[in-house]
Amino acid sequence: MIGFSVNGKRVDLDVDPSTPLLWIIREQLGLTGTKYGCGMAQCGACTVHINGEAVRSCVAPVSRVAGKAVTTIEGLSPDLSHPLQRAWLEEDVPQCGYCQSGQLMSAAVLLREKPRPTDDDIDEAMTGNVCRCGTYPRIRRAIHRAAEIVAKEGAR
Amino acid sequence: MIGLKTIGRETSSRKANKGIERRDFLKISVAASGGLLIGFQFPAISALASAEQASAITFMPNAFVRIGTDERVTVIVNHSEMGQGVYTSLPMLLAEELDADWTKVGYESAPVDPKYNHPVFGMQITGGSSSVWSGLKQFREAGAAARAMLIAAAAQQWNVDATSCRTESGAVFNGLSRKLTYGQLVGAAAKLTPPAQVQLKDPKTYKLVGKPIKRLDTPEKLNGKAVFGIDVKLPGMLTAVIARPPIFGAKMKSFDDTRARSMPGVRKIAAVPSGVAVIADSFWQAKMARDVLRVEWDEGSMAAFSTNQMMQDFRERAKTPGKSVRKDGDSASALDNAARKIEAVYEVPYLSHLMMEPLNCVVDLRADSCEVWTGSQFQTVDRANAAKIAGLPNEKVQLHTTFLGGGFGRRANPQSDFVVEAVQVAKAAGVPVKVIWTREDDMAGGWYRPAFLHAIEGGIDESGNPVSWRSRLVGQSIMAGTPFAAMLMKGKDYDPASVEGVDDLPYAIPNVTVESHQAEIDVPVQWLRSVGHSHTAFAVECFVDELAGLAQKDPYRFRRALLQKQPRYLGVLDLAAQKAGWDKPLPKGMGRGIAVHFAFGSYSAHVAEVSVTDGKVRVHRMVCAIDCGEYVNPGIIAAQTEGGAIFGASAALFQELTFENGRLQQTNFHTFPVMRMNECPEIETHIVESNEKSGGIGEPGVPCAAPAIANAVFAATGKRIRRLPIRMTEAV
Repeated sequence: MIGFSVNGKRVDLDVDPSTPLLWIIREQLGLTGTKYGCGMAQCGACTVHINGEAVRSCVAPVSRVAGKAVTTIEGLSPDLSHPLQRAWLEEDVPQCGYCQSGQLMSAAVLLREKPRPTDDDIDEAMTGNVCRCGTYPRIRRAIHRAAEIVAKEGAR
Repeated sequence: MIGLKTIGRETSSRKANKGIERRDFLKISVAASGGLLIGFQFPAISALASAEQASAITFMPNAFVRIGTDERVTVIVNHSEMGQGVYTSLPMLLAEELDADWTKVGYESAPVDPKYNHPVFGMQITGGSSSVWSGLKQFREAGAAARAMLIAAAAQQWNVDATSCRTESGAVFNGLSRKLTYGQLVGAAAKLTPPAQVQLKDPKTYKLVGKPIKRLDTPEKLNGKAVFGIDVKLPGMLTAVIARPPIFGAKMKSFDDTRARSMPGVRKIAAVPSGVAVIADSFWQAKMARDVLRVEWDEGSMAAFSTNQMMQDFRERAKTPGKSVRKDGDSASALDNAARKIEAVYEVPYLSHLMMEPLNCVVDLRADSCEVWTGSQFQTVDRANAAKIAGLPNEKVQLHTTFLGGGFGRRANPQSDFVVEAVQVAKAAGVPVKVIWTREDDMAGGWYRPAFLHAIEGGIDESGNPVSWRSRLVGQSIMAGTPFAAMLMKGKDYDPASVEGVDDLPYAIPNVTVESHQAEIDVPVQWLRSVGHSHTAFAVECFVDELAGLAQKDPYRFRRALLQKQPRYLGVLDLAAQKAGWDKPLPKGMGRGIAVHFAFGSYSAHVAEVSVTDGKVRVHRMVCAIDCGEYVNPGIIAAQTEGGAIFGASAALFQELTFENGRLQQTNFHTFPVMRMNECPEIETHIVESNEKSGGIGEPGVPCAAPAIANAVFAATGKRIRRLPIRMTEAV
């Protein structure tokens, strides 16, 4: 049995501990917002938070999260109220949308650690997240906009 | 949250929107649907099914719209949403004519039915950058017809003349005091006969069309709720991963599954026509077992295939005349008499579509029915091919189009490869099954943008005016063997998709010859975003720059002079140059390049600014001008143009598929890279205001990126780029 929390809810699973967290989240827990893109930490579509850190869940064995707190895109906010989600809406960021969960989860850690990120900070934090549709310019704008929202309204 | 999405199961969607935990939501879904859980939050099983479900309280005057007593307007979209915004732009057209309240408008993917056929292509398909222009009439007329019926219903109720009524924001009005909302009129309107003819609005009165309306599908793409094919889950479903041949055309001789069979979760291992299917409880179990499966392949005729050798063969072939595509004047003698001449050979490699969502397909095959869930761009063909394998008539097969995690043409496969295979696996499994391709499977799976070679020679006269141009192309045909071959290749002995974008060379050059060699190679090839234009624009626009260099003229003004009779080319060229500040000096070490091209009914020009440091090209800025005629949503046009530029830049800078000993050398994002955030330039898009016929937008942003960047590299370094991806060591 491996016990951890997902979006604030306790789960105990009897699974092969070497299974990547990604597939546990998607197939066992039914949280399909976290996406498979490469299976080798190259594209970032599977990004989730483990104890607040952005992690590529496709290469993280589920054993690694025992006793830890996992947050997926479904747990970012209950109602699209996270400053990043609001900024993403305002900038109309997604195209196909497949990579956006991972983009948001990476951006969420960036914004928490650097409430007023520079373009270089954005490059550093977001370069592991690929978008084949090419939404990067809008993602960049949306992160800056989210930072403005946070500055105006205070962090969540 | 209204307008977020129209969902067949109203109960579940409302509860979900209140933020109920996903797991509780699942239970509710199960309860609400009598134990049948299909997906987590899948849009209505089909438009028809949900229309029946609630027929007493909805008004569905035609195939494209349904209005409920709750005021919701559901637009049924016959094109697939793969990022290009059709779930917004097509509903905008319908809502415009309907005078709907935009906040009440949602969308649903159309089932497979001839009434959802593409009006020009005659089948259900999303491709050719055609969704908006082909839907202009369909969706506006559907909205106008619904509006006319709602007005008639209100007029009847008030006992007034219909012409004295007006509509606004989801309601009919008469005089100052009388108002009935569309929801209130649903019952009465449903009893009326749709009008034979409708009057469409004067575009000057548009309230939605032409404005940068926000996409309807954004909210569900920000909280994990959007359902892609890979997210669909059926009760009792197993997951399959396939061991496919390592070489195109190789056949399975035998396999040893002793170890694989004993792996946890493995339910069945079966030979299928495409290889060996490992069917397990979960993806990871199936993949782990697939990876230890031992398969012996008969390697076949491609076992020695090498792309190096292939390009060598292409170079030889280009020395001989090909099939004539275009012949204006006599390019050979004009070249002989030219004051100065130049020749160049341009080469581009095979490319993978590399959609973020790898291929996948869910199939529930029963004795007398078959249901397929997948991100398809080619519904008519996919259903027919699935039916053939299932041994069922077409009507017994339903295909549900999910969101597509990128398409770029790969999900419109002429053989429905990923659908057909999944039906075959479902046959072997005996239960519902989801086939998932790993990234490596997807990349090795073929159906690439074909490699091409362009051998071009040209000459100029004493004053620097081009007098001769000859292009010879060598590459595989995409259209041969597809449902479009007959339509497109009629009377031609070459594939128009190979030469599109060079056959219509727009420059004022008196002697032009274009010839095509069709290469026969057993690597499956397919349309990839911008198809032939993805390589013709590179070759043509780079060679135009080389001619400008030969004439010692400025590349922008050189083009200008040759496009005097091409106002729309000129329009985008001037706009891009002006917005980029073409004549403004750049810092040392930087260069600016320009390219212009026509594709899919739209004109596009890019100016790129680059620097080259230690052999590494960095694109700093791209200025794009686009003229797509009459347009619907400028926000989406900008997004598609930006995305197209990045897609084209990725190919120009990074991407190449190569084969050695028949085996693909690239496997994943690390060996077939995509442009990333830190490499992404600033991009501006400028739209030409135009009343011309509406053109495409999904693809026209791609072709100019590579030549604009390559020409900028020349401006920065004095070195010509003749091969993609750009490697400064190969520059000449």
